[in-house]
Formats: sequence, C-alpha cells, structure tokens
Amino acid sequence: MKPTSKASEPATPAPPQVGASPQQAKVPSNPSSAAAPVAPNPDLDRAKDIAGRITSKYPGSKLEWVKPRRLKVSVPLGIIKDVAFFARDSLGFDHIGTVSGVDWIAKSSLEVVYFVGSTTPGQEGFVLALSESVPRDDPVVPTLIDVWRGAEYHERETHEMFGLNFQGHPDQSHLFLPEDWNDLPPLRKDYVSPGR
Amino acid sequence: MKMALESEYSPDADRIMAVSLGPQHPGAGHFRIRLWLDGDYVVKALPDAGYVHRGEEKMGEYRNYIQNVPHLERPVILDSSNILFAYSLGVDELMNSKIPPRGQYLRVIMSEINRIISHMYFIAIQGLFLGHTTMITWCMGDRDFWIDLGERIAGARVTFAYIIPGGVRNDIPDFAIEKGLKTCDWFEKRMDEYEKIFYDNPMVHQRSDGVGVLSRDDAIAFGATGTVARASGLALDVRKDEPYSSYQDFEFKTPVLTQGDSWARAYVALLDMRESVKIIRQALKGLPQGPVRLKLGPQPRVPAGEVYSRTEAARGEMSYYIVSDGSPRPYRLKIGVPSAKNLRALPHLLRNVHVADIPVIYWSLNYWPVEADR
Repeated sequence: MKPTSKASEPATPAPPQVGASPQQAKVPSNPSSAAAPVAPNPDLDRAKDIAGRITSKYPGSKLEWVKPRRLKVSVPLGIIKDVAFFARDSLGFDHIGTVSGVDWIAKSSLEVVYFVGSTTPGQEGFVLALSESVPRDDPVVPTLIDVWRGAEYHERETHEMFGLNFQGHPDQSHLFLPEDWNDLPPLRKDYVSPGR
Repeated sequence: MKMALESEYSPDADRIMAVSLGPQHPGAGHFRIRLWLDGDYVVKALPDAGYVHRGEEKMGEYRNYIQNVPHLERPVILDSSNILFAYSLGVDELMNSKIPPRGQYLRVIMSEINRIISHMYFIAIQGLFLGHTTMITWCMGDRDFWIDLGERIAGARVTFAYIIPGGVRNDIPDFAIEKGLKTCDWFEKRMDEYEKIFYDNPMVHQRSDGVGVLSRDDAIAFGATGTVARASGLALDVRKDEPYSSYQDFEFKTPVLTQGDSWARAYVALLDMRESVKIIRQALKGLPQGPVRLKLGPQPRVPAGEVYSRTEAARGEMSYYIVSDGSPRPYRLKIGVPSAKNLRALPHLLRNVHVADIPVIYWSLNYWPVEADR
C-alpha cells in the first residue's frame, strides 16, 4: 500500500461535512446573539488550546470540531501513531475510552476514531477523538496497542464490524461475530440486515 | 477461518490442559473463558465474548431517534436507565435542547435508583460465588424495594424506558417521593448490616483479599472504568469530572480504594450505593417545580453533527458516539459500554491464579456479558 496524497485527499474531508454542521455553527453564535458579552467558557478554551498544540505540531492534522471538553482531530495517513504518543505523553490523554469506525460510503472511505480520556488531575472530563480515514478498498491502519493497551479489544471489534485491518495487532479473530461469519462486515453501510 | 478450538491442545506441553469455562456455566452467564491450566493454576486465559451479540448498533441505524429508546436499554437490563441516559444526553446535545430542571432531577433520581439495583445484583452474586448464601437472599430481596420504587415512578418494573431524549417520560407521583425518602432511610441502616455480615466477614476476606490485584497503572493502561478503576485508586467519576444533568447541585463523594483486589471492587459498590442514597434524598427533597420534558414529536428533527456523550453508569463510563447526517435516523451509533472497557483486564488478572479464584475475580469485575456484546 502506498499512502499517496491522492488517495488520502478525498478521504480526509469526508467527516467535516458532518462536523461543520449548522448545529456546531450555532453553538458559539447562540449566546452571542442573546447576550452581548460572550460568557467565558474555560472548558472550551482549554479544548481549543489542546487542539492548537496538536495541529501546530503536526501540520497535516486538522481540527474537525471542538466543543467544551471535546475535540476531534483528524490526521493524515501514516502519522497517527506519532500523534497518539504525543497525546498520551505530552497532553495527558492516557485512558482509552473506545474505538469506533464510520463507513463513509458516499466518499468511499472508512474512518477509525479513537476516543481517549485522561486521568490527569483537572483534565478527567476531556475527551480527545483522534481519527484517520482510509480508502474503503484498502483499509489498512496501524494498531495503537503500543500506545493504549486497552485498545486491543476495541480494535478487534472494529476489525470484524468494519473490515478495517489493524496492522501489528496480535489477534484479529472474531470477538463478537460467530467464527464462521462469511459475509460483509456487518456495520458497513452496504451490508443489509436480513429481512430488510 | 480459524476455528476456536484449533489451538486449544498443544502437544508439546502435555501437562497443560485446555478447558472452557462457560458459556453454560451457571455463573458465567452467556460468556466463555478459555483456560489453559497447569494443575490448579491458570497459565493463560482468554475471554470469548459474543454469545449474546445482537447488533444493537446496526439496529440503531434502522430506527429513528425515538424508536431507538426501547431497544437500546435491552443490553443492560440491570442498569437500563443509565444506558439511555448517555444516549439521551447525546441526542439532546445534537438538538441543542435545554432540559427543564425538574426533568434533570428526575433523570438523576432514576439513574441512581438503577445504580443501586445494579450494584445489589452485583454484590448478591459476588456473595454467591464466595459461598455466602445470605448475601444473595438478602440482596435480591432488598433489591426489590428499589425496583418497586422505580415502578412507582416509571410504571415499568425493570426496563423503565424513563429517560428519553428531551427529558423523562412522565412526572413522579407525590406518594413515590414519600416512599423514596422512606426507602432511603431504611436502606442506609440495611447497608450497615451488609458490612457486618459480608464485608467484615473473615471468610470473605480470606477468599478475596489480594485476589486478582489490578494495579493503578494497569487500570489506566487497560482503560478500566467504574468500580474496577475506583478500587484500584483511580478516581474517575464522570458525574464529578463533567457534571451533567444538575449533578453539580448535589453533595456526594467519589469513593476510591487503593487495594485493587476483589474485595475492594466489591466494597466500592457498597460505598457507591451510600453516595447514591445521599443523592436520591437530596434530589427528592429539592425537586424543582415545572415541566419534566420538552415536546418532541415522534420523529424529531436532529441536525447533522457528531457528539460523544458519556455518563457514569453503574459499571463505569457509558459513552455514545452519535453521527447524524440530518436524516431521521442516526448515521452511526456507537455504544461504548463499561463492560467492554473492563474486559481487557480479565485475561491479565487471570494469570497464575487458582482455579477456585476464577469466579471471584471474574464477577468482581462487574462484567455483564449482554452489555459487552450489545
């Protein structure tokens, strides 16, 4: 596989379509229209600060959305492990929450999102969502078990449900699906449940 | 496709025996642990989940946001309010809706009642696994008073479907407030008796002290949450870390123990219940007046967007990742359940332990197979 910029280019802008929704745009504008001085939100500022530290260190990465205590950063192919180590060691995001896949079938890409919490005092309420998009026909991503050991079973689940191949994962056998499952990964959008 | 049984016999190690614990084991509950034993010691253990996988996430993509309410509480019947709580918070955030204060308080009351119902089941079975039959008879009986209280508030006995997007389904009747306060007073005295008969019991200490110790660093690395994390000295509690739904109004502590063993994990549940009783009492006494829900149609319009919402469920951090594309149904509905988050600790804890300690360690993780499988 060659992580050409051509392949990743259409894949990366897929999520912002949803992220840059009217609802997200409304959140900051709402209070400003109701009351002239915008109430300071330290949680939002801190989330923005964390996002700034990631995007300035890794130029290819992109802030998808930021809310109080939540931020989502998408990174280009190939550097997610570096960003993950940086987030764990320098930003204090050391507690894996869960791993999710999203099938953007219209954009022909698969997204994998790591939701990472923190045990750093004062930062427990913050969750970093770190995402990476890969082409749907060649869904290979590196495993992040070295960074967060707890990601092992979550990645295994994402593998069987979305067909994402986590390179370096010790065991990608089925966790929830039957051993003899012989169909498309069920959470892909082109898999239709029986009876539908 | 690799079959599950293929590698269970290894010819070069004759003394190693491969055994399956479950899924028919009465205590394992739709869950199998593959064990490799050397005499009485466990050499290696691998959890085998998925016997009750029902594809809740796929089902969620076929139904609209209100239709999702009843089936989403099925994975964790013991804790049905808390799994809907995180979902409702997520949908509320997407719709940018402000829940009326009375609705927020009622959500908290129901969530804490469910926490007690779930923890009572947990310590009842922990007692059973330790051969302490009094615990299961007492706890199962006392648990019913809380289920009764939930029934008086919500109208259903186990799957309350009470916390919904936009608030709660119905108001609390006055007599339930009175009954709730009485139940709190009685239960506080009752918990002292649990301490005396179970937690201070020398037999219980002998069987569970120092058994299955999870260090604080491992708890962080594995992403353990809830009772498992708090028994290992990790003060994680979403109610404190990001107060949602008026939790900042109540005075309560996050119980944290540092032993990290099976006894501590069971004891944290009791301490949790003590705090829950405090919260329920404060909420019932300070219940604000006003409406309990917003008017949402049967098919609410949810704007496009993404949300990651979480709450502190009985077993730990319950989280939802909801992606909406503006259509009536969620584009993606990821349920991050605490049992699945704590599962990674199981094979780590089941190394070099006696076979007789397996049920104690397994159940002390407060693992609920149906919740993990979804």
